[in-house]
Amino acid sequence: MSIGHTLLGLLEAGPRHGYDLKRSYDERFGHDRPLHYGQVYATLSRLLKNGLVEVDGVTPGDGPDRKRYAITEAGVTDVEHWLTQPERPDVYLHSGLYTKLVIALLTGRAAADVLDRQRAEHLTAMRALTRRKTGGDLADQLVCDHALFHLEADLRFLELTAARLDALASALRSPQADEARP
Amino acid sequence: MTARDRSARAVAAPTAPAVPVSPAAGPGTGPAGVGLAAPADPSESPGALLAAIELHKRFGATPALDGASLRVDAGEIVALMGPSGSGKSTLLHCLAGIVGPDAGEVHYGTRRLSAMSEAGRSALRRGEFGFVFQFGQLVPELTCAENVALPLRLGGVGRRAARERAHAQLARLGVDDVAGKRPGEVSGGQGQRVAVARALVSEPRVIFADEPTGALDSLNGEEVMRLLTEAARTAAAAVVLVTHDARVAAYSDREVVVRDGRTRSLAG
Ligand SMILES: Nc1ncnc2c1ncn2[C@@H]1O[C@H](COP(=O)(O)OP(=O)(O)O)[C@@H](O)[C@H]1O
Ligand SMILES: [Mg+2]
Repeated sequence: MSIGHTLLGLLEAGPRHGYDLKRSYDERFGHDRPLHYGQVYATLSRLLKNGLVEVDGVTPGDGPDRKRYAITEAGVTDVEHWLTQPERPDVYLHSGLYTKLVIALLTGRAAADVLDRQRAEHLTAMRALTRRKTGGDLADQLVCDHALFHLEADLRFLELTAARLDALASALRSPQADEARP
Repeated sequence: MTARDRSARAVAAPTAPAVPVSPAAGPGTGPAGVGLAAPADPSESPGALLAAIELHKRFGATPALDGASLRVDAGEIVALMGPSGSGKSTLLHCLAGIVGPDAGEVHYGTRRLSAMSEAGRSALRRGEFGFVFQFGQLVPELTCAENVALPLRLGGVGRRAARERAHAQLARLGVDDVAGKRPGEVSGGQGQRVAVARALVSEPRVIFADEPTGALDSLNGEEVMRLLTEAARTAAAAVVLVTHDARVAAYSDREVVVRDGRTRSLAG
């Protein structure tokens, strides 16, 4: 994700100090990985250099957070352009989930157990997200739903795989299996 | 520990789901889901509100249940998941005393359903259970309010009191505006909310919900689940929820997987 564009987008709501910007970012997007102050100030100074933000006011005192930043016309255009660019669809071919399943099948272990344990783990995460969503504001709902739909997709994959287990197991153990894989 | 044990363990340990956000635990809403580790034999854990023990059921040559066991505690929301045809609905029907198992027992509190008369089971369903199905549960000739009042009327509640409670329940679910309409005149989402209102109106101790969002789009499905589970938690009613949708199951306290007529139980 582009931190620069995200900070710019947040600045569109109104001028802010670096600290407020970081807090607002962390609230919305940083549940996993809050921004470091260093990242925030480095990004802001890049945006400043490129004319996408300007210093809107300086509070007396010292420390890095004396400046208040505002988005410029060029900054708004940049956000607008960024929003028109679709994101690359994420695919999860290297996920540990997939790997474990294949190894379980290749080694003749009970893949159904792997699936059911994984489902329990996923549902635990999904429950926590659902609780957060039902108690949260619209931004919470969005972020939780995004995660929930992804986890659901994993589970659907698991369900489908469970339904295909027998066929998969024999295909994977056959000698041609390696050539047959893309 | 041998290398084989070690790698078996590595394969067995579930991978933490890669979630774009870390799930900050919300305010307490029941126990965490540990469905697969829960004891399969309800007799191991006395005091369950509802327990199925080793249920078997065939329809002709088709085995629908093949040793399914389940326990549900008071106020607990349990999701029954599993592929289509695995026996989820049959298990729900057995738990609710709608279908009698060929073998095995269902206990409701201290009562054994098989030892009760059909009239006794019927009274139990009316008085203590509520039902929500995928669709087709509302009487088309009655208004929505009359539909909600129906279980109360059947239970001997007077017309006026039943109507007042029905309206209050519809209001709680945000559909009091359709009170005077017939089921055919309301949207799918509104109809399911009316159905939830009807299931809740007699203050049941257990709500049986079989794919309650199966005919709804995502947004309406979410709304029905939120309302259903909130209302159930407020009323301390248990819910047995059949669904194949993980996002719906995520409203439960724990899930139980049904496969080939059996409830899966993985120890550890
Ligand atoms: N009334 C019935 N008559 C005949 N077969 C039935 C009946 N009810 C269920 N079955 C069969 O029993 C099995 C389990 O069905 P069900 O409990 O409805 O599964 P699920 O709800 O998990 O989809 C299926 O093979 C189904 O066809
Ligand atoms: Mg069913």
